[in-house]
Amino acid sequence: MIDRQEAVMEAVPVRGSSEVSQRSQGSAVEVHELRKVFTMRDRKKGRFAKRTRTALDGVTFSMKRGETVAILGQNGSGKSTLVRLLSTLLLPDGGGAEIFGHDVVAEHRAVRRLVNRVSVEASFFKKMSAAENLSYAARYYGMTSRQTRDKIPVILERVGFPSDRRDESMENLSRGMQQKVALARALLTSPVVLLLDEPTTGLDPRSKREVQEFIREIRTSHDSTILLCTHDLVEAEALAERVGILDRGRLLFLEPADDIKRRFDASTLEEAFFAATGREFEAEDDDDDREVFA
Amino acid sequence: MSTRLGAMRAELVGAGGVVERNAYLTKRYIWWDLAWFAWTVANTLTVVFIAKGIEATGGQLDVNKTMTTLLIGGVVWAYLGILFMFLMETVAWERWEGTIEYTFMAPLSRAMHLAGQGVFAIIYGLVRAAFLFVVCAFIFFDLSMPNADYVAAFVVLVVSSVSFIGIGMMMSVLPLISPEKGPQLGFVAQGTLLVVSGVYYPVEVLPGWMQAIATISPATYALDGIREAILEGQGLTAMWDELWPLMIIGVVSIPLGLWVFSRGEQYAKRHGKLKRSG
Repeated sequence: MIDRQEAVMEAVPVRGSSEVSQRSQGSAVEVHELRKVFTMRDRKKGRFAKRTRTALDGVTFSMKRGETVAILGQNGSGKSTLVRLLSTLLLPDGGGAEIFGHDVVAEHRAVRRLVNRVSVEASFFKKMSAAENLSYAARYYGMTSRQTRDKIPVILERVGFPSDRRDESMENLSRGMQQKVALARALLTSPVVLLLDEPTTGLDPRSKREVQEFIREIRTSHDSTILLCTHDLVEAEALAERVGILDRGRLLFLEPADDIKRRFDASTLEEAFFAATGREFEAEDDDDDREVFA
Repeated sequence: MSTRLGAMRAELVGAGGVVERNAYLTKRYIWWDLAWFAWTVANTLTVVFIAKGIEATGGQLDVNKTMTTLLIGGVVWAYLGILFMFLMETVAWERWEGTIEYTFMAPLSRAMHLAGQGVFAIIYGLVRAAFLFVVCAFIFFDLSMPNADYVAAFVVLVVSSVSFIGIGMMMSVLPLISPEKGPQLGFVAQGTLLVVSGVYYPVEVLPGWMQAIATISPATYALDGIREAILEGQGLTAMWDELWPLMIIGVVSIPLGLWVFSRGEQYAKRHGKLKRSG
């Protein structure tokens, strides 16, 4: 009988080194002076008037292979913009980013083979079942039905999804359940870089704990590099080796949580955030446009 | 070489994934599709009944031939509507469900993504068009088509579909630019294409400038070819005049459609529109 853990490891393989560029020189993610500006209409100033909003302003950081980094920030701080840029869904207005040496703009096809993500919204075809949603999504990554037939049940079981609900419409599942399927979808394609954009926001405490536990498990059992964007300070500190604070599009620092606290002589990350920005972490940004675009 | 073959295989599997997804969705919404089919039948009947109405008010015409001519126009109208709808949904439905970001960040090339969407649209559209034709021609009107070459008509519709898909690709970019109103422009394209193509009348009755546009519309050749096959029993060899323009328009429209879509995708990526909320 095949050991369950073995079956899981086989079901969630790590991509071979052939797809990971030698140019990366040990860095999984390299972000250099990344800048994104959104333009929008300004009806207050006239019919054709426009204004700009800077979502990311010269963000620079790098991540080692296998590292988990958390980017903390309020709503509208630029976390989602960062994730979407690294996912090749946005074009930067300045600077650049590389995933294992592949430029996210010029080599977007290569980047897409290496990256997957889980966002705050689970996002599925709601009338389709979990198995159907995973099945067609895996095809986009070149996985045949023969390859997914056995892997989908194993991965769903691994994320704690009940096997008897595999063929049920997604619309009948709780948000926590949907988020587990989202994690399974991301893992099914064996990403070497996993982008998690507030994966536990809005989940009940139990589901949140389960998802966090699973992220911890991925971190220990796989070679995946994980970028976790969150506004949950405890989650960031618990899951990541380094924590960065993104404030109004600027990355203030990125270092181990203990170093941040030491630097600001703070006992918690919340205090450190206050010391760094002069604002309470929980206080919402007063600029509505930031939330829309960033 | 083997790497290239592997990449090609992955692309084909990806296109198959788009077909698979649409098959799942069609299965889940099958009752809604039947309701919509009933609407399509009703809509086509309103057009075909015009021939009977003219006869009833004293007009002199070959009712059977006129009804068949109108029916072919109605079927092509409905078929084109299905193709454009599926291609518009490439973006619109995904945006609504929120899956757009996951689809557009997958390594599947846009060409194969749209090809998968087009292949399913053609298969589904052909089945619907065949049902529509049978229901209207033989259940409602008992039309007589003794010379009809159905195979030739089917082949003309399939060949013309390539051009229609190319035009549909150009249209499908509109929901990327305007999430709210973009999808509706598909109907504008459908109507505009057919009005210049002689959907219910000969192209010769149109003003000169519209006739000029008709020469580059694939629907003109599709309608002519299908009518010749159904009404006059012309086989494929006699239909070369319709087939070669369709092939040329197809060869031009597919790359043009892909280019337009890629420009739209770049615009959406520049302005942050590749996301759920638009």
